[in-house]
Amino acid sequence: MAERSFAQEVGTLRAGAGEVFHGEGILAVTKALLQSGVGYVGGYQGAPISHLMDVLSDAQSLLKELGVHFEASASEASAAAMLAASVNYPIRGAVTWKSTVGTNVASDALANVASGGVTGGALIIIGEDYGEGSSIMQERSHAFAMKSQMWLLDPRPNLESIVAAVQYGFELSEASNTPVMLELRIRACHVYGSFIASDNRGPEFTVQDALDQPHRDVNRIVLPPANFLHEQEKIQRRWPAAVDFIRQRRLNEFFGPSQGEVGLIVQGGLYNTLVRALELLGLADAGGQTDLPMYVMNVTYPLVDEEVIEFCRDKQAVLIIEEGQPEFIEQALNSILRNADVAARVVGKAVLPRAGEYTGAVMQRGVKTFLERHAPQRLQVAQPLLAPQSTDLPKHVQALAGLLPVRPAGFCTGCPERPIFTAMKLVQREIGNFHVSCDIGCHLFSILPPFNIGNTTMGYGLGAAGASAFNQPRRQRAVAVMGDGGFWHNGLTSGVGNAVFNQTDNVLLVVDNGYSAATGGQDILSSRAINPSKSTRHPIADAVRGVGVKWLRVIDRTYDIARMRDTLREAMTTPEKGPKVILASSECMLNRQRRERPALRQAIKSGKRMVRERFGVDADTCTGDHSCIRLSGCPSLTIRPNPDPLRQDPIAHVENSCVGCGVCGEVAHAAVLCPSFYRAQLVFNPTRWDRFMAGLRGVVIGFLQRRGERRRLRHAF
Amino acid sequence: MTVAIAALGGQGGGVLADWLVEVAQSQGWIVQSTSVPGVAQRTGTTVYYVEMAPKPAEGQRAPVMALMPVPGDVHLVVAAELMEAGRAVVRGIVTPERTTLVASSHRVYGITEKSSMGDGIADANAVLAALHSQSRRLVCFDMETLAQEKGSVISSVLFGAVAASAALPFPRAAYEHAITKSGVAVKDSLNAFAAGFERALQTAPVAGVVPPSSEPTTAQGRELDEQIKRDFPAHLHGLVREGVKRMLDYQDADYARWYLQRLGELRNVDAQSGAAGGDYSLTGAVARHLALWMAYEDTIRVADLKTRGSRFQRFRDDVKAGEGQIVDVVEFMHPRFQEICETMPAGLGQRLMNCPRAQRWSAPLFRKGRLMKTTRITGFVMLYFLAGLRRWRRGTLRYRVEQERIDGWLSRITRTAATDYALAVEVAQCQRVIKGYSDTHERGLRSYQSIMAALDANLGREGLALTIKRLRDAALADEEGVQLRAALAALAAGPDTALRG
Repeated sequence: MAERSFAQEVGTLRAGAGEVFHGEGILAVTKALLQSGVGYVGGYQGAPISHLMDVLSDAQSLLKELGVHFEASASEASAAAMLAASVNYPIRGAVTWKSTVGTNVASDALANVASGGVTGGALIIIGEDYGEGSSIMQERSHAFAMKSQMWLLDPRPNLESIVAAVQYGFELSEASNTPVMLELRIRACHVYGSFIASDNRGPEFTVQDALDQPHRDVNRIVLPPANFLHEQEKIQRRWPAAVDFIRQRRLNEFFGPSQGEVGLIVQGGLYNTLVRALELLGLADAGGQTDLPMYVMNVTYPLVDEEVIEFCRDKQAVLIIEEGQPEFIEQALNSILRNADVAARVVGKAVLPRAGEYTGAVMQRGVKTFLERHAPQRLQVAQPLLAPQSTDLPKHVQALAGLLPVRPAGFCTGCPERPIFTAMKLVQREIGNFHVSCDIGCHLFSILPPFNIGNTTMGYGLGAAGASAFNQPRRQRAVAVMGDGGFWHNGLTSGVGNAVFNQTDNVLLVVDNGYSAATGGQDILSSRAINPSKSTRHPIADAVRGVGVKWLRVIDRTYDIARMRDTLREAMTTPEKGPKVILASSECMLNRQRRERPALRQAIKSGKRMVRERFGVDADTCTGDHSCIRLSGCPSLTIRPNPDPLRQDPIAHVENSCVGCGVCGEVAHAAVLCPSFYRAQLVFNPTRWDRFMAGLRGVVIGFLQRRGERRRLRHAF
Repeated sequence: MTVAIAALGGQGGGVLADWLVEVAQSQGWIVQSTSVPGVAQRTGTTVYYVEMAPKPAEGQRAPVMALMPVPGDVHLVVAAELMEAGRAVVRGIVTPERTTLVASSHRVYGITEKSSMGDGIADANAVLAALHSQSRRLVCFDMETLAQEKGSVISSVLFGAVAASAALPFPRAAYEHAITKSGVAVKDSLNAFAAGFERALQTAPVAGVVPPSSEPTTAQGRELDEQIKRDFPAHLHGLVREGVKRMLDYQDADYARWYLQRLGELRNVDAQSGAAGGDYSLTGAVARHLALWMAYEDTIRVADLKTRGSRFQRFRDDVKAGEGQIVDVVEFMHPRFQEICETMPAGLGQRLMNCPRAQRWSAPLFRKGRLMKTTRITGFVMLYFLAGLRRWRRGTLRYRVEQERIDGWLSRITRTAATDYALAVEVAQCQRVIKGYSDTHERGLRSYQSIMAALDANLGREGLALTIKRLRDAALADEEGVQLRAALAALAAGPDTALRG
């Protein structure tokens, strides 16, 4: 089960012609796929496209009705390879993932499908994880489109344009026999808006039809001599066909007058930000009406030379607004215009930052600088509202920047991965620090405070491989961490198999929380849940043993810090050779609470005896050292001002959001910290016996407490 | 209209954005919202951004809506936490010309604030000042507490405050309708909404906390209070009273008298040093830290505090137990061989401590922590008995050791005060590095001892007060003692390189 249920969203996917669809950008894409007669959909979850996968996962019955095959792929490579179904058959297929990381993984299959070409429309929906909110390296998917000659759509970020892009994307793919990438930035994926829906339609040619009438064409297979043919085909046939289609269907848009001494060229996805920047400069109205000629590239690869030349012919200078680097489009424009002997000067990164997100303020400054240099008269009429820069702020406000606490991502309340790193910290205290190779997943938060554990991360499932060079007989072994998500993504082969084969002596810690948790809690092979449409409950331990690991320890309750610590110490010090794998399993608390909290409420309501556990800190005995926080970092373990007038340091405090996972107490125990922690068990619907015993205890304890209190009052101040 | 909402993961920023979308839609407006959640959902910050505009007239183009706030162009900023409000100001999206700022003044501490070894809490007043000066209008109060009082979540209170701020041209009923339509915990949300609305109309300022110092209630209390008033400057009476109260609570009246005697000697030194200038900052510092040291946390003290009736009431409040609800409490104790010896009569304890065989034999007993149920009779009586050892505390090993340490500390203060008053104040404050239990306590003690050794070795050196302060800060900077060791090494390397900057 994914992090949330999408039953409501699934309902909106059924909207018919003429109905207004309200929802997020990525949900609109999902609806558009169904409207386009898509035959199969695959992908790998990850922000910002997770919802596409989650919603389709929950929409099985609708997909069945339409005859659409849906698969939650094992990796982006699996998803991209799925597009093979569109090579021989006229089936429309779509795949999706987070880019550029997912595109990296998918590249092998993508290059193959792009080389052979497709018959049915093949659409790759890319969540471009760039700029604020991104969690990955800052790169452009544009380069992938260029290297494999796939077409790249970057539509204006409103739901109507995005939906249209899905539909013409398929057509463009079919017209040019080329896979098409649809790039959506983070905010566009999450933008809430509306569009007029049309009816869903099933595929004209289904995957079932293909199976019934298999058909092959050896020229579509990447092997000599066809591979040489493919390259010629790309240049001579597919590329010109794409350019023709883009021109005829007017996929790129022109706004404002066509003539002018200057003009603006912009990637479609940046259009809204540009209009706002112009509006604040006084050069456009709220509706985007402007006196500046504007050329909006909804297709950023390939460029349409004729359109570019036409737009630039009468202009002295054009500003190309292209986010990210290298500036591929700017370079291409220069090449097109110089070859066509058009004199217009191309200005881009000269006035805009070479790197980083193009926010409204950044774009405003860039456009202003451009106009100051090339058309200053246009700025004279305007009444601009200039975005203040940080240096414009008063001194006392600027000074705040250094004071505001940073808020790095961290483990959730009660996360079962926290105690793993607490144990690692305790082992490091005993035997000294060691090299830790990290992976992608929630567990990567260990690199941040308060744990500060981990040296590198080389990609999803590559934690163990990232430690492979350190297979040396030294005082200390290297430790690799890998999540269950990464394990099934590729870690079983790239990490575990590789370690067995190369006889590594390293330690691998597999963190198994039962879900692909960081991407939204999707089920994977080893999930414990019974999933009606997927086969789950395939233990990681079996797979690890299956590839030949001899030293394996399975810990089925990570909250047992002492055991975690002892097992890790054993792995680090055992004389046994070969990879040492610790499988640390406990269910993701976020998902567990989502299931258990309503159940607990229900049980209490129905009168059943229930016990809820949570932790607390005694204000009297806490001395404000915060060792517990440095070993835990739980969001519900926080601080509050010290109620003791003599003490100056804030005390630890457990908030009511505590889920009673027990790590606080275990830490206090295992690390020999402090007697301030207590575990409270709240009894709901007590039995008669409960009440009797509580009454009895109350009498005895109450008597002694009153006795002590009387003595204290006698001797008080 | 442009609206930015800054919230931490789990604060319901997304719900608030959805409600605002619903309000605008219900009034026939065009609305767009977006966000960049990603991993920020896991304890980070998320900014939600909403744009809304009236439907364009027939034949006019629909507005092009931006996907992120532009500084200077945001009408309403909602911040679900004080520092996030500050961050919005630093990002420039709150501007005095345009922005109404609706912010909760409560704090959710960041990990760097929490994991500090001392007091790492950021200065709230500096942030509040900026919120005032940079916003067109500020609605700021503790919305988290209000939400809890109303049994709801902060987003409901924020929503009420937004409605009351009149930053958006919609009637109150439209806001309430949006909550009703969402269909989740409607009644509690509406209550919290109403409370937020009312409170925002008053926009009470944030209150500070002033600790009161209560009057004496017993004959011996009055006698001690007389002594305080007679012997100490008026502005220190509150602090010294707290110290005396701690001694009475910890041991007895004789212990309190001894505290006053020790402190009185320091006051005389203070008066003679001449540098006091009448503010007696040395006496003040010693009053605080002497009380904390004399009330050191031994097993007897912990048992005493754990068994009190007031503590039982407090944990019931802390865990939000219902009226009459049964609450069982389990304590996590990890007594070590050392603590047991320290609770024994000094001679016996010392002999046992020095006996490796006893240590070895008893080791299995102390390897694991103990779980004790204080709400059960057996567990309670055991701790109650332990607390009762208080009357024999003066005979324990720990008592002897601690009093010797205190005497050493006091004599260092006295010695230095004569020649370097500022240095004496710094030395007095060094007690602060000793806190916690077992390993934590030992680490603090080691830091303290190495600072004292550095003090003894460098007496008479210029600027030593500042050096001691920096050593103390270094001791509190990291757990492993890296910074303190570096600072000490630099000091030993030579006067000129020592602890610059």
